[in-house]
Amino acid sequence: MGWTGQVLRVNLTKGTCTPEALNKDWAGQYLGQRGLGSKYLVEETDPKVDPLSPDNKMIFATGPLTGTCASTGGRYSVITKGPLTGAIACSNSGGYWGAELKFAGWDMIILEGKADKPVYLCIIDGKAELLDASEIWGKSVWDMDAWIKSRHQDPMMHVSGIGIAGENGVLYSCIINDLHRAAGRSGVGAVMGSKNLKAIAVRGTGGVKVDDFPAFLAATSAAKEVLAGNAVTGEGLPAFGTQVLMNVINEAGALPTRNTREVQFEGAHDISAEAMAKPSGKDGKPNLLANQACFSCTIACGRISKINEEHYTVRNKPEYWHASGGLEYEAAWALGAATGVSDLDALTYANFICNEQGIDPISFGATLGAAMEMYEDGALTDKDTGGLKLNFGSAEALTQATELTGKAEGFGKELGMGSKKLCDKYGKPELSMTVKGQEFPAYDPRGIQGMGLTYATSNRGACHLRSYTVSSEILGIPEKTDPLVTDGKAGLVKAFQDATAAVDSAGLCIFTTFAWTLEDIAPQIDGALAGEWSVDRLLEIGERVWNLERQYNLQAGFTAKDDTLPKRLLKDAAKTGPAKGLVAGLDKMLPEYYAVRGWTEDGVPTNETLSRLAL
Amino acid sequence: MQKALVIDPVKCTGCKQCELACSYVKEGEFNPAKSRIRVFDFHQDARFVPYTCTQCAEAWCQRACPVDAITTNEWGVKEVHDGLCVGCKVCIIACPFGTVNYNASTGKVIKCDECGGDPACVKACPTDAIIYMDVEQAGFGKMRQWAAKTDTAAQATQ
Repeated sequence: MGWTGQVLRVNLTKGTCTPEALNKDWAGQYLGQRGLGSKYLVEETDPKVDPLSPDNKMIFATGPLTGTCASTGGRYSVITKGPLTGAIACSNSGGYWGAELKFAGWDMIILEGKADKPVYLCIIDGKAELLDASEIWGKSVWDMDAWIKSRHQDPMMHVSGIGIAGENGVLYSCIINDLHRAAGRSGVGAVMGSKNLKAIAVRGTGGVKVDDFPAFLAATSAAKEVLAGNAVTGEGLPAFGTQVLMNVINEAGALPTRNTREVQFEGAHDISAEAMAKPSGKDGKPNLLANQACFSCTIACGRISKINEEHYTVRNKPEYWHASGGLEYEAAWALGAATGVSDLDALTYANFICNEQGIDPISFGATLGAAMEMYEDGALTDKDTGGLKLNFGSAEALTQATELTGKAEGFGKELGMGSKKLCDKYGKPELSMTVKGQEFPAYDPRGIQGMGLTYATSNRGACHLRSYTVSSEILGIPEKTDPLVTDGKAGLVKAFQDATAAVDSAGLCIFTTFAWTLEDIAPQIDGALAGEWSVDRLLEIGERVWNLERQYNLQAGFTAKDDTLPKRLLKDAAKTGPAKGLVAGLDKMLPEYYAVRGWTEDGVPTNETLSRLAL
Repeated sequence: MQKALVIDPVKCTGCKQCELACSYVKEGEFNPAKSRIRVFDFHQDARFVPYTCTQCAEAWCQRACPVDAITTNEWGVKEVHDGLCVGCKVCIIACPFGTVNYNASTGKVIKCDECGGDPACVKACPTDAIIYMDVEQAGFGKMRQWAAKTDTAAQATQ
């Protein structure tokens, strides 16, 4: 229970949709979602596969708690080999789509091959079929969503799919569901586009059962009380969203600014949660209209925003005068601080376009920041940019570049390669703020040392969601550590990585862990699934998943040399703030990290470690 | 005392905990499609609206039923008796609000019965967007909000 027991295998080359039984042995070892989907990918594909070839597969996987009343129990992940990085990619999304897939009777979808013409997968309960998508190929996510619901005369359908960016192979294109919830990182949208698959539309009218309802309801109710009583999940996130962090991280001197040249942004306050709540439009309304929950979530951190109708970006575009997904912290940082732009409406517009065309705002904003630095240094000229004036701080440059990248037109095609390939092309590889080809997010490792090790060792390239040590180093959760020191961070990062891998495999949102530990989560899983599910078992699964991903990447060709950071972070000290004078002390943490992981000095899991984890 | 479900859409975040709680109590599983209360998403207006039966005093569903399968209990709640319901769906046509619906797997209609006086949706709502209260007081909360906007001090100084 917790599972429907059914996996849908879709061969796009042959045009077939075939049900098969979920591998329960693997579910016992890898739990679900991130872990179980990765296990299927590892077993079924060659790690050296070209990510954009028909031989790559992509897996949409739910967790055992997806579709239940466990708070945040609505999530799914897309697991594939990522085209931005060449590493294993696992991008996690909320909204309602994942739960709807469960209600339709499916735990997971495995997509293989490539359709000979654009199609979308339509799942209505037990019936799955591939349908012609020629009328929506070339349309935005928003238009596609409306078209599919209209075509099937069902406004209750939930749609997950790609915009124009994914069709055109923008290497950090997303898969968007429910209009603005994203499986955002590593270019999973480009993989979908390479398969000629526009969308997966789902409608489910069945139910989800758990193994022991009384125990499950007791555990989930107690855990919801913990979320409600916690200052972050009960007050900060509902009121301010993740944007609660903007001023906090800026004051900590860890807000990467203008392609990480600086660590503090003078415009931070203008793009913060506080600015979003201030009346601004001609109607006297603020940018932020409401907060929104994903399925089953009792936190509700999502932002629903509206662009001021007088703003230059939308003055003549009434189609953008409605409410939609607003700025989260990462997007506000990438579109704002990384580019030096502090015009809140311009950022909100760029964010709308990212959702509408399906591009990851983190990688896009960071890539634009790198392009701006190259432009100001003269490595990029007006001729290269097609006339775009890519000056730091230019809102016009930001919004034009977003439009071009979303549609993969003009210089947007170059921006769509990501910062690593772009900086390589123009002879400035040192200006790419990436690890394993993926742009890092909104925390400067000079001011939050644990995040340096987090980025360097993340299995999907630089990422904050693989071990969010910001919790400990800035917010003091579960206990306060000094963000400016490297001591003890190796063990901290490993602990966060393993626990996070378990949470990502459960169907839950990582934001619950501001309040929950695995002590709160284990009883919920134990109530949902047959068998015994203890904290220790979850930690072992987390560590197993981490090592499984590591093994995949090593077989794909990565080595310890790739566990590093851009030179700027390792050599150039922070100029202001609490971290003034500090560089990222990766060399002090990495050898210890390999040791606590049970890996060799070359970052390879030892045989003892692999056999301990049954790998 | 008759009670009523009083819904404040401004407080709703769209989490659907009410649908999960309702379907568990009524169907023994988590199944929003079978929930008696539904949350509607008016995305472009940034609004979520939970909606369910308001238990009309003069209930058209009840009047329309040809086999008297819908009765009024002592709390004024309209209940469907599965043993009598023949699944003709005339009540669905008669209800002006769409809050009576058909369950194809049982061949019966389903509607909110306020869980016998202890509605599961109310307990599940994390933001108090759904409360259960004395029906005669149901409008007073909103009345108070409007009363607060009446600035008599400002008028007195004019």
